[in-house]
Amino acid sequence: MQIAELSVLLVWGAATALTIALVAFAIDLGRRTEERVDARAETRTPAAVGAASGQTPAPASTRPAGEAGVDAAAPRRRAAGIAMSTTWLGTALLLVGIVLRGIAAGRTPWANMYEFTLVGSFMALAVFLGMSLRKDVRYLGAFVTGLTVLFVALGLNVFYVAATGVQPALQNYWLVLHVGVAICATGIFTVAFVASVLQLLRDSRDGGAPYLLRPGFRWLDRVPTPTSLEGLSFRLNAVGFVLWTFTIIGGAIWAEHAWGRYWGWDPKEVWSFVIWVVYAAYLHARTTRGWDGRRAAWFVIVGYLCVLFNFTGVNLIFNGKHSYSGLETDATGGA
Amino acid sequence: MSEKATYRPEGINDAFVEGRADDAPAAPEAGPGKPPGGANLPTLGWRGTLRWTWRQLTSMRVALMLLMLLAVAAVPGSVLPQRSQDAAAVLEYLGDHPTLGEWLDRFGFFEVYSSVWFSAIYILLFVSLVGCIVPRTVAHARALRNRPPRTPVRFGRFPATAQARTTASPDEVVEAVAGHLRGPLRRLPTFRVDVGAEEPRLGRPATRTVAAERGYLRETGNLVFHLALLGLLVSVALGQLLHYRGQAIVTEGRGFANAVVDYDTFDKGAWFQPSSLSPFSMTLDAFDSEFASDTVAFAQARDFTAHVTVTEPDGGQQADQIKVNSPLTVDGAKIYLQGNGFAPEITVEDGAGELAFSGRVPFLPEDTMYTSRGVVKVPDVSEGQEQVGLVGYFLPTAVVEEDGSARSVFPQPQNPLLVLEVYRGDLGLDDGVPQNVYRLDTASLTPSVDEDGQTTKLLVRPGETVELPDGLGSVTLDEDVPRYVALDLRYDPSLAWVLTFSLLALAGLAVSLFTPRRRVWVRSWETADEDGRAVTHVELAGLARGDDAGLQREVDKALAAVPGLDDVTPADPGAVDTSDDDPADHQRTATED
Repeated sequence: MQIAELSVLLVWGAATALTIALVAFAIDLGRRTEERVDARAETRTPAAVGAASGQTPAPASTRPAGEAGVDAAAPRRRAAGIAMSTTWLGTALLLVGIVLRGIAAGRTPWANMYEFTLVGSFMALAVFLGMSLRKDVRYLGAFVTGLTVLFVALGLNVFYVAATGVQPALQNYWLVLHVGVAICATGIFTVAFVASVLQLLRDSRDGGAPYLLRPGFRWLDRVPTPTSLEGLSFRLNAVGFVLWTFTIIGGAIWAEHAWGRYWGWDPKEVWSFVIWVVYAAYLHARTTRGWDGRRAAWFVIVGYLCVLFNFTGVNLIFNGKHSYSGLETDATGGA
Repeated sequence: MSEKATYRPEGINDAFVEGRADDAPAAPEAGPGKPPGGANLPTLGWRGTLRWTWRQLTSMRVALMLLMLLAVAAVPGSVLPQRSQDAAAVLEYLGDHPTLGEWLDRFGFFEVYSSVWFSAIYILLFVSLVGCIVPRTVAHARALRNRPPRTPVRFGRFPATAQARTTASPDEVVEAVAGHLRGPLRRLPTFRVDVGAEEPRLGRPATRTVAAERGYLRETGNLVFHLALLGLLVSVALGQLLHYRGQAIVTEGRGFANAVVDYDTFDKGAWFQPSSLSPFSMTLDAFDSEFASDTVAFAQARDFTAHVTVTEPDGGQQADQIKVNSPLTVDGAKIYLQGNGFAPEITVEDGAGELAFSGRVPFLPEDTMYTSRGVVKVPDVSEGQEQVGLVGYFLPTAVVEEDGSARSVFPQPQNPLLVLEVYRGDLGLDDGVPQNVYRLDTASLTPSVDEDGQTTKLLVRPGETVELPDGLGSVTLDEDVPRYVALDLRYDPSLAWVLTFSLLALAGLAVSLFTPRRRVWVRSWETADEDGRAVTHVELAGLARGDDAGLQREVDKALAAVPGLDDVTPADPGAVDTSDDDPADHQRTATED
């Protein structure tokens, strides 16, 4: 069997494992919701008492409200255990698939959309698993695995191209740095996006939004408070933003080498700039009175949609210097 | 209240700035920075209005609006064709959408990034930035010499607290915690620490206190980031003014000199000095290309190398090479390999047998197989002859189908073939009007046709001479087909500054986002328990700027530095409640993080 085919098989295997993880995470969220229905009033009370005592109000209110029930519920969370192990398995399979892809092509395995999708998904999973080593973020699992299954499946079905070398413009160590860091940033932005979406949903449910008060959204009571989700999202976005800044600077240095100008408002450059400005606006919004909290979270959503568009739309719709999806025969390869 | 002492932009929401030493963080509603309502405007007077406008412009809210506007305004440039990148596409768009295109053009939508509205947004943004950053820099320069704020009276409302009892004396406690907070480096302390004492107050006996603050670099990084952005803008603008850029097509064995007249196109900034054109010359010795021949990536480009000889102004010669990702630097100017193709050597004799045209004609590649299009414009040299235009394709590896059509199947010259159509008439060569050498307007010309009325297609192979139809003469293709390269020479003295400021911005950003800014206070006093033994109480409080997950850990670590903690005895049931609560809290916080 060819190495390239083995790589594809492993990626399919990873997609399967992640799908199982997704189902298990969903079951876990549902189960916890059922426990939660009875416990809801009780878990709220300690926080209220803590605030009233005036001793340690802030830690009590910033601590995820769900945490209190974690220990008690731990023995019954078999689904979550299965989900975590299959996520580890799927991530490992994906990693091996990516490495084999690199061996088959004889270069860094992130030079076209298919590979970018795989490595970006891997990064999102790695960030999620890395966080899970330090604290309980399993509530994010269903969404992170859901998104990555979607991405990997899209990659396999839509973006797939055979493993091969790259055109002269891409033969540079900046391919490793610029694109590698861009993928890291995308992976981190993905997890931060999930946190911000959950923050908005939970906040709306707490605020009594009629749609979100339906029984189908009970699982939202199990995710941490909007405040702590906001904090999580910010910490991730801060790292992502610094990496994105490096991506843009690295890209400019590379463009100076390869294309003879560091900035030329190529569609990809325009959208990278837009993403940078949106996340910069997010960081400013967080510290602007009246724009923090919910409004700031919307910047994360818009920013992430821009990231997705920059990857898909800009590569496929616009004809720029970054059109390296390898899906069509583009004439840029010659000159 | 010294509201003026520390500068902060209108509308910033920052507990750390607002949290005063003698009180816990103020609620947002209690903040002093309520923006003046619009209803106050008429009474402000012109000076007041100016001040109000300036305060608004430099406020966080307006900066945020401008950032959002900037993001939105950048988008059309990626959707619509831009003159600076593809002028031909703009013309095509204008042709396809006459009315809409005209209006878009009027509002600068085809030059978005140099348009008035885009410039207005970023200039306003930078004015806002200057108005915000300069006072902040001054304030920060002052704050850098500040001592940590006085220990607050009550610790209750702070986001991170801890308390314990110890057998060590308050003096020992204070000394140990202060030492821990300062860290191991004397010259570079982690915290700036003040140790103090307080008189009996609020039912407490006399106490010893520690006030400590760390993370001054956070604001420094923030300011460096914003100032670097300013520097970046100035460098880019200077580069635009001083740069020049020339493009030349050079065939193998030929060269060009770095002079304005030798370039096919040349553009320059407003402050361009002709003296910055270093008078060197360059010859293209050979051009190599490699293409994949495997089935997976058939005919994909793998490598382009131009072998050149550079003659320096002082006469010294050196051989060098230019590749796609590695430009050649000569006297501060960079020469890039931007394109390549074939420039077949074509000779045309007219109907009278006179030499009418001889030269290398660059054919522009139109696809990955290097199916290349080119034009030969032949003047009328002999009396009674017409001007002749040859239009056609050069195919590096030609395959001629049975129906006579030909196509290229590989980009390397394995079986070169020239396919030409012949036009005669007035090509406009005598009008003196500059023409595009790669285009021939055939509308007013007469094509040569065969018996069926089809346009005649001449097939010419290297070394062959083929008669032109209608007695127009003959065309000869030279045995060797030279390659050409499209070179792009660029000189921009601001590059080093652009890079420096970019990296400064990156460093400042990382420092400002990842340096924790924290204050820690400790209070310690001595009481006697029921048995008359001395018990030392220790209380700690922490405050952080922005979102800081590690604050409680910092406070806990400071508490852990207190000596004699092991001897905490739950002697007093009343006190157990509070002191017992905390360690449990800390443990959970620590594992969470």
